[in-house]
Amino acid sequence: MIGITSYGAYIPFYRMNRMTIYGALGWLNPASLLPGEKAVANYDEDSLTMAVASAMDCLGGIERNKIGGVFFATTTAPYRERQNAGIIATVLDLRPDIRTSDFTASAKAGTGAFISAYDAVTSGSADNVLVCAADCRLGKPAGYLEEVYGDGGAAFLMGDSGVIASVEGTHSVSYDFVDHWRADEDRYNRAWEDRWIRDEGYGRFISEAISGLLRKYKLAPKDFAKVVYPCQYIRAHADIGKNLGFAPNQIQDHMFTATGHTGTAYPLMMLVAALEDAKPGDRILVASYGNGGDALVLQVTEEIQKARDRRGIRKHLASKKDLGSYEKYATFRNILGIDTGGRGEEVASTQMSTLWRERKMVLALCGSKCRRCGTPQYPPQQICANPKCGAVDEMDDYRFADRRGALFTYTSDLLAFSLSPPAIYGFVDFEGGGRWFFDLNDCDLESLSVGMPVELSFRRKYHDVARGIHGYYWKAIPVRA
Amino acid sequence: MAEGIKDKVAIIGMGCTKFGELWDKGPENLMVEAFQEAIEDAGIEKKDIGAAWCGTCYDEVSVGKSAIPMAATLKLPFIPATRVENFCATGSEALRGACYAVASGAYDICLALGVEKLKDIGYGGLPQNEVQWGTRFRLVFPNLTPPGAFAMMGTRYFAQHGINPQDGKHALARITVKSHRNGAKNPKAHLRREVTIEEVMNAPIVAWPLGLFDCCGVSDGAAAAIVVRADLAKKFRPDPVYVKSLQIAASSGEEMAYTEWDYAHVETTARASQRAYREAGIKNPREEISMMEVHDCFSITELVTYEDLGISPRGMAKEDVEAGFFDLDGKLPCQPDGGLKCFGHPIGASGLRMMYEMYKQFQGKAGPRQIKNPRLGLTHNMGGIPPVNVVSVCIVGL
Repeated sequence: MIGITSYGAYIPFYRMNRMTIYGALGWLNPASLLPGEKAVANYDEDSLTMAVASAMDCLGGIERNKIGGVFFATTTAPYRERQNAGIIATVLDLRPDIRTSDFTASAKAGTGAFISAYDAVTSGSADNVLVCAADCRLGKPAGYLEEVYGDGGAAFLMGDSGVIASVEGTHSVSYDFVDHWRADEDRYNRAWEDRWIRDEGYGRFISEAISGLLRKYKLAPKDFAKVVYPCQYIRAHADIGKNLGFAPNQIQDHMFTATGHTGTAYPLMMLVAALEDAKPGDRILVASYGNGGDALVLQVTEEIQKARDRRGIRKHLASKKDLGSYEKYATFRNILGIDTGGRGEEVASTQMSTLWRERKMVLALCGSKCRRCGTPQYPPQQICANPKCGAVDEMDDYRFADRRGALFTYTSDLLAFSLSPPAIYGFVDFEGGGRWFFDLNDCDLESLSVGMPVELSFRRKYHDVARGIHGYYWKAIPVRA
Repeated sequence: MAEGIKDKVAIIGMGCTKFGELWDKGPENLMVEAFQEAIEDAGIEKKDIGAAWCGTCYDEVSVGKSAIPMAATLKLPFIPATRVENFCATGSEALRGACYAVASGAYDICLALGVEKLKDIGYGGLPQNEVQWGTRFRLVFPNLTPPGAFAMMGTRYFAQHGINPQDGKHALARITVKSHRNGAKNPKAHLRREVTIEEVMNAPIVAWPLGLFDCCGVSDGAAAAIVVRADLAKKFRPDPVYVKSLQIAASSGEEMAYTEWDYAHVETTARASQRAYREAGIKNPREEISMMEVHDCFSITELVTYEDLGISPRGMAKEDVEAGFFDLDGKLPCQPDGGLKCFGHPIGASGLRMMYEMYKQFQGKAGPRQIKNPRLGLTHNMGGIPPVNVVSVCIVGL
């Protein structure tokens, strides 16, 4: 049996009510108002960081050296050349003899990566492949897509033991249907007329993929507990399921008014939500949409009961804060070219050779633990920091990234340049020992106190536009319930 | 057996420019001004100087690297010249180089000069030099500024001693008000306006819990000292000032990488001062020291320094502050010249500026700030941030 052995998801802390966008720019396009809110990545989050957060949720207590591959799906990769899945593998401290690939250029790339991982495990070319999908797409200001697109991620581990939902079949359709597109030189997505997309594309290909799947495996809508497919237009979403013969309670909640359309991650995030409610024996149908679509059948097993401690969708949805202003969103996404001041313009050059040498320290947050006295320490030391020990070169790697800590001290700094001032930072004392100072995010000064529990979140540390560098590191955040 | 340098070196001349936002002066002008005042005060000529030390920190935004800019600007006659840098303790490091060279017997007369030009960077605060902690640490340091790094000591100090933030900020404000009162009396000081407790406490926050007035001035300036063998000192002037000790301590790395340090004190200050007291023969610093210039880059730094120097008991500096113990007319006047807070803080010059005030006080030339019959003076100069830093403690007397 081959299928999902673990799952996880990520939704950023900030949400923006679509009325906030409409309030700012609706005068330019009065017919654009959509209901609900969308999830908004913080200024230091992108598809890579959200994929990591989803993967951290998915990998929970799973030993990292069991992972045999990373497939990352996104249409908003920070790098066009420098494999993004390879960065994720380093961040997660995975072993180097694994297969890593990026899947991109269509909203269906998430299910594409998922099916490829299934195929890899089925063929025996890899075991325990981590699939992550995340997107952080930009609609042009005042356009309809700006309200549609939201940010988020999902991750699955595909394997052949401890399967919680087995893959029972897949079916795909592919068309060069150009409804949304973004050329090499574009920042923002473009779209053709919505009525055409709705009637000729969205309304057809999901149905075609699902019908094909049902025919191929001789299944009927009544055989499924849930059917999962992305929402592009709220009424059309309901119509697709209805026309295929699914009852309203079989159709998975689309979250369109809670997260927005999260691109490659969207159907996979909905699948995580479906798994959170699934019972052993349930059959789930998942379909994606984008230049055609993929469809697949999942069969939930008894093992599902063991996979309930994830943050997944439900807990992430509940943990949120309204961003408040459109200007803040536009600043976070660099839509407004704000005046950073002289201090904000200063970005030191990144030495690739240093980064390579220190990749475990920077990306995986690995410190060292002294074999002689047992002291965990960060950054990695050659000479033990314990003054009573001082052992030389007796260190083992010690990963801090998945440990919680207590906030030892902190401040909020209005002199430091930040896209979301004040810059908040503090020292963290880790459970089990070790201390380091981190930028703090997803919090404000008033919410902090000495001793409060914090956890780590992988974030973008700086963006060096002149040299084309997205620099990443870890930040501390209050523990998200 | 090492003997130390007690009473082997004397200061016979000093110079110090006005500190401040000196838009019309470059670092070269400042070096000349401080140097000319120092050699004229010492009554020596350039050719008498055996060797020279130049302290400057942010060389990349002012004079450039090496001691060459100093030697070439001052037209020093091909003498040995060395540039030193130890963050904000740079000025004391230059003085240490000169004093130890004289104490070694290698030279009779040496020059120590410190200079910094901070106001040519185009924005407030210190230069945003991301690699000043090295290219490795730059990748893992938070988005940190000096006010924030010291503000975290305030957060910790309040938490550790159970002080509610408003009471804590009141004590910090009391420190600031005292320094402004002294600075207002000093014609060379950068900031010369007296402030009230209310103004200080209500000032905009820079890095919680520190407000604008909890932070020292960011200034341009230079200072210089001429030091000689102690046995020669009286040939130059009747009132030389003798070096009793000049100690320095650098972080061992355990404050940062180990978890025992409390972030409510500065370990290097405690280490350097204990060593300095031993060398100077001081048993009870609270009673024996007559005046101090400490490194008050931020009000919280001055507060913990009182304890780290062994002047106030742990957790009790607040009581001494509120009782006026460190006021100009108090038992142990601190920052008689206004301190970094009001005299200003051109990094490389600050350690020598502190010594300038001690020197003038001993010679009875401190005007309205004059302290009666000082016996021993202490300067405390700190470079870096509380978890990783270097501290110099110098004790001088008659």
